[in-house]
Amino acid sequence: MIVLEHASVYYGAGSKRVAAVRDVSLRVAEGEAFGLVGESGSGKSTVLRAIAGLIPHAQGVVRLAGLDMGARRPTASRRMAQMVFQDPYGSLHPNQTVDQTLSMPIAIHKLGDADRRVPAALAEVGLGREHRFRYPHQLSGGQRQRVAIARALILQPRILLLDEPTSALDVSVQAEILNLLTRLRRELGLTMLMVSHDLAVIAHLCERIGVMSGGELLETTTADALAAGAVSHPYTQALLRSNQGFDASSITAA
Amino acid sequence: MTAAPQTWRAWLLHPAPASRRQAQLGGWFRAWLAFRRNSLAMTGLVIVALLVLIAIFAPVLADRNLAVQQVLEDRLQAASALHWFGTDELGRDILTRMIFGARITLVIVFLVSAIVVPIGLAIGLPAGYFGGWVDAVLMRITDIFLAFPRLVLALAFAAALGPGIENAVIAIALTAWPPYARLARAETMTRRNAEFIQAAKLLGASEFRILATQILPLCLPSVIIRLTLDMAGIILTAAGLGFLGLGAQPPAAEWGAMVSSGRQVLLDQWWVATLPGLAIFVTSLGFNLLGDGLRDVSDSRS
Repeated sequence: MIVLEHASVYYGAGSKRVAAVRDVSLRVAEGEAFGLVGESGSGKSTVLRAIAGLIPHAQGVVRLAGLDMGARRPTASRRMAQMVFQDPYGSLHPNQTVDQTLSMPIAIHKLGDADRRVPAALAEVGLGREHRFRYPHQLSGGQRQRVAIARALILQPRILLLDEPTSALDVSVQAEILNLLTRLRRELGLTMLMVSHDLAVIAHLCERIGVMSGGELLETTTADALAAGAVSHPYTQALLRSNQGFDASSITAA
Repeated sequence: MTAAPQTWRAWLLHPAPASRRQAQLGGWFRAWLAFRRNSLAMTGLVIVALLVLIAIFAPVLADRNLAVQQVLEDRLQAASALHWFGTDELGRDILTRMIFGARITLVIVFLVSAIVVPIGLAIGLPAGYFGGWVDAVLMRITDIFLAFPRLVLALAFAAALGPGIENAVIAIALTAWPPYARLARAETMTRRNAEFIQAAKLLGASEFRILATQILPLCLPSVIIRLTLDMAGIILTAAGLGFLGLGAQPPAAEWGAMVSSGRQVLLDQWWVATLPGLAIFVTSLGFNLLGDGLRDVSDSRS
């Protein structure tokens, strides 16, 4: 479903040009959930944005469902892949009601029948009719993220890109959102690509996991291998140790 | 009967509206409730509303002929039962002329707003959103207009186009839009990289749709508030042009022109210049209070 071949992304121009992502190749099969982990600045979010088409990739190939994606994407191709952003406080228009937010994709793609689709999309993410005409500031963080997920799903995409969808939320709400994503994936047969710095979150949702550092994809492994600690790359081992919490031996080892 | 208003209120303030119309009306009703609590803003609203009503019903309130009828025997009379605000140097009833002057003032204010806001938004939104050379070109044009003192530029335009109320409107509008363009640009720049804009792009929204449905609604409140605060300036500029003889032409009753005509007799017949001046003052104050109130209401919500 998602194929990345030798993709590179640069920020800036001339002598200030910085490679945010260098020569990354990965493939995600249909219905699979793939997780990208790495520390801040490792380029994992950049990979996601390049796949979404929010930033152009300078080199390599990005292919979604067998279609090559260029710098300019036709409006119809947007229905294939949608994204949920990290911060539900920033990704919803502050002056628009949930109804307006969810009606926009329907209007853009001329789907029609907004009066049926909007409540259906809200029901799908576990929100009621009473939330339809609320403003974002009248919703909790978890409810906002549900609205953001509903907005992404209203176009019935086959690919869902997730940019740290739980890191701005409380721990208890994180679990709710992760369970919601797991259920939606099962019911809708979504292909998911999720970015997170939290190995536990990634392992909960994804079967396969890619580890990124310094703009490069270091290693691709599985959630099971990660849980068993069977990873080969030294960076992955260090990441795994850091996720196991405070441990005196990890400091002496480093 | 007593139950009816209560149900209307409940319907409007219902936390889970059943339809878009109910949600929309409820939103307006809540904004109105917040506005009503602000007594200064209500004072401004009452002044502006009164002015609008006076302008609309001017022919009912006063005889149109009295505004232009010259009765030279009655010139420069003090207030009396017949002429409540006295008469001017040509024997015309000042109250009648002030009532009809409200029409001219409001027409100027309305036309200037209708020109200035779209121009300001049309220049400011793309400049802030696209950046780069679009921004550079649009903002240098704005800077050129901003470099001239407002009244002087309006004077030059009015003089070049010829005196008259339409040309006064054009002259004021041409000099009043740059601050709106800069305001819209600044508001746009703070939002153009917001995640909800990226989400809209990802949904396939065109640049025009993003500007019109995502960014415009965020810029509009500050632009409208700025406009109501500027109303006083617009009225004064219009009055200034009238005072200098470049606005409305005689015998039209324009407040600025009325002040101008009264200045020769300011010491002996003070009411000729003072009363239209007071009308300008009260109207400006009304718009200012209204703008302040609107700003307070939109502040408390965010």
